[in-house]
Amino acid sequence: MSAKTVRWIEEPKMGMFERMYLPAIAQGIATTVRHILKPQVKTEGYPEQEPKLPANYRGVHRLNRDDEGRVRCVACYMCATACPAHCIDIVAAPAPEGWKDREKYPETFVIDELRCIYCGMCEEACPVDAIELTTLYDLTGLSREEMIFDKEKLLSVWDQTTKAGTDPVRTKGGHYGPAAELPSGS
Amino acid sequence: MTDFDLTYTLILMVVVFATIMGSVAYLTFAERKISAWVQDRVGPNRVGPWGLLQVAADGLKFFLKEDIIPKHVDRVFYFLAPGVGVATALLAFSIVPFGPSTPPPAPVAVNSERSLDTAVMLHEAEMKAYREQTTFALAPGLDIGILFAFAIGSLVVYGIILGGWSSNSKYSLLGSLRSSAQIISYEIPLGMSVLGIFLFAGSVNLEKILDYQIHHGWFILYQPLGFLLFMVSVYAECNRLPFDLPEAEQELVGGFHTEYGAMKLGLMLMVDYIHMITTSFFMAIIFFGGWHFPGLSNIDGTWGLVVKFLVLGAKVLFFLLLYLVVRWTIPRFKFDQLMALAWQVMIPLAIVNLLCVMIVKEYQLTPWILTVTSVVIFLAAAVISTREKLTVIQRPVTVAHAG
Repeated sequence: MSAKTVRWIEEPKMGMFERMYLPAIAQGIATTVRHILKPQVKTEGYPEQEPKLPANYRGVHRLNRDDEGRVRCVACYMCATACPAHCIDIVAAPAPEGWKDREKYPETFVIDELRCIYCGMCEEACPVDAIELTTLYDLTGLSREEMIFDKEKLLSVWDQTTKAGTDPVRTKGGHYGPAAELPSGS
Repeated sequence: MTDFDLTYTLILMVVVFATIMGSVAYLTFAERKISAWVQDRVGPNRVGPWGLLQVAADGLKFFLKEDIIPKHVDRVFYFLAPGVGVATALLAFSIVPFGPSTPPPAPVAVNSERSLDTAVMLHEAEMKAYREQTTFALAPGLDIGILFAFAIGSLVVYGIILGGWSSNSKYSLLGSLRSSAQIISYEIPLGMSVLGIFLFAGSVNLEKILDYQIHHGWFILYQPLGFLLFMVSVYAECNRLPFDLPEAEQELVGGFHTEYGAMKLGLMLMVDYIHMITTSFFMAIIFFGGWHFPGLSNIDGTWGLVVKFLVLGAKVLFFLLLYLVVRWTIPRFKFDQLMALAWQVMIPLAIVNLLCVMIVKEYQLTPWILTVTSVVIFLAAAVISTREKLTVIQRPVTVAHAG
């Protein structure tokens, strides 16, 4: 580095006002006292005060039900394929008699909530809007087994969140989305 | 009851000790709460209503923690240091008149009007009346008064230096070295700032200084500069924030108490707070008239007692809160800056201030002159410091032309 590129900077000279220090200290104390008298606290008192989360918050999953209370899922495995954490395990089975609108349904549908990274890609991948992430954020358990959610548990999350109103039904009832509406036989 | 009464003194000691410890505890709480508000946080609010029982939790924590003693410490002094610190800090409080006080009678004076016998008789009558008063101080009427507090207060630093040295750790030693650098800086202006007041009151006894103010007005009116110097020195003595060099968490881990844990750390931390209380009393009593307040000091009986306690308490509380507020206002000095401040600014100012007091006393001038001189000295110091060539090395200024 040549001497020409070096730039010496002198400290700005303090005037008499700054040299007295006391006015500046008084200003500082005034600022401090203003904060004491009017604390601008932004902290949420969590256990007493629940946070208001946006509707697109990515919390615990739920398996949606249709109008008849059946699981919407058609066991297409698209969520399990999309999942970067490989936390979704589905066992498909032929749909029970009387379920005219689909061939398959999930016999078991298990999400390991500990492996899940809550990216929401399952929700994006689902063709029938059967899996959604809710605003449930306080997910706790005493054992690893407890944190592996099966189909009943995931359906109960739906019941719980729709009843509580925290995550209302987002898809139209009875409407299975574009995949279910493909003309049959094509 | 200035007659030495063991029971009364013991009860008073226990009450004072308990009050100081309680105040220290709630001072730490106030510190945490005010720190939180200044920084727009909530602060401790979990234990008890508004977190008021937090102090109990903190104290209990100190007692229940595992007491780890590092193998490399000098065990004797390591154990001694917190004791020395707290004991001396508490001892300094013993001379503080923490309630309504009466000045001790003047010594026997013989002059042309009265003979020795009458003088002695008068003095004994005065002493008898004085002894029958209830006093609110552990050592009332102590003649060396505030000098005792200065002497004992400086011993607190021994606790810090012993602790830092015996810890056998670099951070601790740095902290205690800084403490010794600090004490040779602030001790002198601390003593000199109040010399003018001793000249006025004619005594170093706190009750007498207080009594002088009741008749002649608070010393803050005549000695604002003295108060400023005293306050700055006292902040340094308490290791409070603009001058908390020995602790300096950001630089020295924990400073002198890095190697301490459990209750020994608790004692180390307590020292500062006890000191804060004592020095707040000094500021209130020496410069702000103690329990005296215009219009509130003539009430007799129990109510008068209560009012006086409240007035003094309010003044002390103000200074305690000021300690906490200043902590979050002024950044820490480096220790060369502290020494420069003490030796180049505060000591000369204190000397000039003292000189003015001496002139006023010698020529019997009105003390209000000192109010003017204090301001003039202060402004003059500011002017002089702006004219000073502070940078010795003049560096060449070359501006690079970019591109």
